[in-house]
Parts: sequence; structure tokens; C-alpha cells
Amino acid sequence: MSLKHAARHRLASCLTLGLLSLGYQSGAQADVVYVSNEKDDTLSLIDLDSLEVINTFDVGQRPRGITLSGDGSKLYICASDSDTVQVMDLATHRIIASLPSGEDPEQFVLHPNDQLLYVANEDDALVTVVDVNSHEVVAQIDVGVEPEGMAVSPDGKWVINTSETTNMLHWIDTATNELVDNTLVDQRPRYVEFNQDGSLLWASSEIGGTVAVVDVSTRQIVHRLNFEIRGVHRDKIQPVGIKLSKDGRYGFVALGPANHIAVVDAKTYEVLDYLLVGRRVWHLAFNSDESRLLSTNGISGDVSVIDVDKLKVIKSIKVGRYPWGLAVKP
Amino acid sequence: MNTRISAAPAAVPGTGPVTEPASREHPNGDHRQDQPSDSRLVGTDVGTGFTAGLPAYGHCFVGILMREYLRFVQQRSRFLSSLVRPLLWLVVFASGFRAALGVAIIPPYETYITYETYIAPGLCCMILLFNGMQSSLSMVYDREMGSMRVLLMSPLPRSWLLLCKLMAIGLISLTQVYAFLALAWLSVDFDPPLLGYITALPALFLTALLLGAIGLFLSTHIRQLENFAGVMNFVIFPMFFISSALYPLWKMREASEWLYWLCLANPFTHAVELVRHALYGQLNLLALAITAGATLVFALLAILGFNPERAAGGGKVKGER
Repeated sequence: MSLKHAARHRLASCLTLGLLSLGYQSGAQADVVYVSNEKDDTLSLIDLDSLEVINTFDVGQRPRGITLSGDGSKLYICASDSDTVQVMDLATHRIIASLPSGEDPEQFVLHPNDQLLYVANEDDALVTVVDVNSHEVVAQIDVGVEPEGMAVSPDGKWVINTSETTNMLHWIDTATNELVDNTLVDQRPRYVEFNQDGSLLWASSEIGGTVAVVDVSTRQIVHRLNFEIRGVHRDKIQPVGIKLSKDGRYGFVALGPANHIAVVDAKTYEVLDYLLVGRRVWHLAFNSDESRLLSTNGISGDVSVIDVDKLKVIKSIKVGRYPWGLAVKP
Repeated sequence: MNTRISAAPAAVPGTGPVTEPASREHPNGDHRQDQPSDSRLVGTDVGTGFTAGLPAYGHCFVGILMREYLRFVQQRSRFLSSLVRPLLWLVVFASGFRAALGVAIIPPYETYITYETYIAPGLCCMILLFNGMQSSLSMVYDREMGSMRVLLMSPLPRSWLLLCKLMAIGLISLTQVYAFLALAWLSVDFDPPLLGYITALPALFLTALLLGAIGLFLSTHIRQLENFAGVMNFVIFPMFFISSALYPLWKMREASEWLYWLCLANPFTHAVELVRHALYGQLNLLALAITAGATLVFALLAILGFNPERAAGGGKVKGER
């Protein structure tokens, strides 16, 4: 970053700092965050007001992907080594059910109908569709080798799965639960995220070191993001988690062992900044008013909290070993 | 302020002396025994039972401060060099380690930081360190040039004169520290909270006093200007490197246990930590206690060890050799 650019950036942020920080301080911050700790078989509960861990719960083995039910009363937990998706009642923090997820569930996505859960089974090259009410498997869809990332379009029409070894995005039509198309991306796609209106899809490629932006209507790549961090070797830049702000302003990309989160202008695709967080940053989540972004840093075992307006990391909170997934409850 | 100074000829701008030599008959004498009878100077009865009022102390401080200020203004290259040195460390040295240090969170930081952020408080203290030592250099210079003799003509207690000198140097140094902080803020990834710049002020001033006192203490043991260069190497560099200015103490401990203990024994380490915490609006009590204690000890040692005979007359010192 040139001196002049830095100066301009800093002066601008300084001017807006006073006013905006007041606005965001009073924002809805009574949120709590659930963090799955892959190695500890626990969930950590963080209060976003005090930025402290307020509770820890034991769950199934190797918890990874976690997501809230539509009404926020239940938390679905991929207990990968228990080969199940656990359902936690958030009023009592007890496991009330285990869903048949197929083997080794890692990432999953809940359809907007709040009924169907699409689970990637890494070892079986399958996507399993589970009904969360009847606890039954509705369908199993063959996909590429090592399925990983999952996303559902805002209108619920598409479910996207990435396969790490086949290097493809698989387009699943939710009306028929069939695979209808594939898009080839760079090596080892890990995560996919739709933008707010569902017109674009961002997909990270861990080994390729890129993020592909795909037009949903044509299912073609329209842009490819590259990253470069001063003082960090290129091989260490391994994009995984992605979050796009609802206002369409920013895209955040977790860069794995590069220990940084890239801030991307979601309109021009220009990388604006790199934020230093803990070691091996994998997944990201916004709080409810999107004033804060959270990241799980696996190796350093903490969660970094980013002020989205100032684009500044404000705290890193120690959680369990190898934090993986995040779910924010308003 | 200027009118007050010109009313009482305490400071003669540019020429160096702070107080007018009131009694030229006793250049080497102890000022407390043979007091000058210039009532204009202090505005009180300065006969044998001399008692200086508060205004006199104020005049004296302003005079010494003005002299340090003029010296500072006239030596622009010194100001620049005091800025260039830490900036080189920050921009060149620290950028190489930029991503190397973000591996552990230590107070006062709440998250991972770049090396530039880590090193900046240490570099502020580096400015104070060089200034503190340079001030003692100037004491030796004053002694050799004879202006120290003039200063000691003042009827005020010697300890007050030295304290004024320390405070004046400290205040002047603060300007340089804040100039550096502004440049650091502009050039690299260093942005403590705005309030931190205010809370850091007393910490920086105390650090300036500490390093000035150490410099003063050293200057009482240096007979000649030429000897000073050696002391710079034996004092400034070890003090700076064997401290937490460049690397956190846990990193030092990884390297070697004795190095860690040496760092802990170095008052400069605690001064750096005091400033580091203050920059983030936090008070490190241990660092404050050690920095304040060390300041007191060195100031006392400097004042007690200050030999007016040697300080006042260069000729006598040379004669001793």
C-alpha cells in the first residue's frame, strides 16, 4: 500500500470513525455465537457484547459445520466422526435428536423451507437430503469426489455442492433433487456463497488460491479473484470461507494458513485490504446487523472479531481446539 | 512568555546562558555559599539568607526550557535525524518481519498484530533514549564550553536546575515523539485508539525523565566530550536491544533464559511496556512503579554525584589529567 493511499485511507477512516463508531456501538449486539471446536468435541458460546466465552457444551465427535434452524430455536451440528447430524435445542442446550446424515458429514445447508437439510458426505461422494421433521433421508445425490462446500440460493431453487477432487461446482435442482449441471473451477473448491439477490455465486479454491465469481443464470465464471499478501508466500494463500455483506458492499474471504482475511469490493472485485487474524483461518460469519464479522482460526484456537465498518480486527477470543464452524443467534 | 523572560535576564536567546552571570568573581564557587546580589534575577532578597520565591523557580524553568527549545529549533538536522532513525527501523526493518510475529497475543493487544504495530512504542522510546543521552552529551559540551558555569551561577538549588534541565529536555523530546507517531500512523499499519495518544503522554514524559536522568547520571562521570562516544555504544545500544522494544519478552525467553532476565532488569524494558500499554489506554502498574522508581534513583544519583567544581571549570579537569 503506497504512503499516499494509506494516508488517504486513514484520514477517511478517522473522519468517519467518531460518528460511525457511535452508531455501531448502539447496534443490535445482544447476539451470541456458537463455535464448533473440531478437536475438543465441544461448542463454545460467545457473547458478542462482552466478547467473551460464556459457556461450553459437549457434543458429538468432531463437530464441524453448524447452522441454525429458520426460527433460531435449534442448532444443527455435523458431528463428522459420529456420522450424524445432531439437533441441539437452544433453550436447554441439550441434544434432542440425531439425524441420519450419511457418513462423515462436514458441511451442510438448510433449505429456506426450513425442512430439508442438504449434507455433503465427504467419503461417499454423495449429497444426502434429510427431512428435519420426519428425520428421514429424502434423497441421495451422486456428486464428484470428496464433496465439501454447500450453499442454497436465496430463492431455494438451487443447491450447490463443491467436490474437492473433481474441482467442480455441482448444480442441484431442489425441485427434483437431481444434479443438472457442473461448473469447472480451480483446484480444490472448498466453499460457495450466494450474493444477496442470488444472481452471483462466489466459490473459493483452496489449492488454486482463487475465488471464482459465477453468474448463476449462465453458470459461467465471470470473474476470478487473486490474492497477494506482502510477506506471505503464495502457497500459503488458500481461500476457504467466504461471506458477502447484504448491502452488496464487501466480500470477505478467509485465506487459511495465510492468517489473513481478504476484504474485497463486491462490485469492482478489487481487494481492498488484508486483515491479520489467527492461524489457519477457515470460516466466517456476520452478526445479525453485519457490524461484526467473526472468523474461526483453527491452529491458534481462537475466534477473531472484525469491526466491519472500520475494517479492523478488534479482538481474538480463545475458544476450544481447532474451532471450525460458526452460527450467530440474534 | 517572552516579555517575562526579557524582563528578568534569565535567558539570552541564542547565546546559551540561562541566567546572567551575576558574580563573575566566583566562577568556581559553590553558589549556595556565595550568592549573587542581583535582585532583578529572582525578585527577592538574595542576601546571605537567600530564599527564592516560586516565581524565581518558574523563571528558572522557563529560561532553561527556552534555551533547550532554541537549541532544538536551531539544530533542525538533529530533529530530522531523530525522526529518520526510528522511521528507518519502522519502514525498512519492521516491514521485513511484518507477517512474522503475528503468532501470540500479549497484553495490551487483544488480537494479532503486525510487527510494525509491535515495534512502534519501542521506537518512541528510542527517540527518548537518544535524546536523553544527547542531552547528557550537551551537558559535557556545556561544561567544556563554560556555559555550565553560567548556569550554576543561579542562586536556586542545584537540584532544581538539573530537574529543570531534565524536564525541558523531556518536553522537547515529546514533540519529536509525536511527530514520529504521526508519521507512523500515516506510513504503516499502526493505529492505536485516538485516546491512546493522550494517555501515552504522561508515560512518554516519565520515560523521557528516566532516560534524561540516566544521561545526566552518566554525564557526571564523563570528563571529556571524546569519552562520550564510547558510552553511547555501551549504553544506548545495549539498553535498546536488550529490552522488549524489538521483541516481546516471551520471544527473548525462547532464545535464552538469561537474555530474558537481562531484559527484565533493564529499566528501558519497563519504560517501553509502560508506553505500550498507555498507547492502548491501559495502565501497567508494575512498569509504572519500576519506571518511576528508576527515574527517582537515577535523578538522585545524578544530583548527588554532580560535582560543581568539575562541572563549572573545564580547565581544572584538564589540569587533573
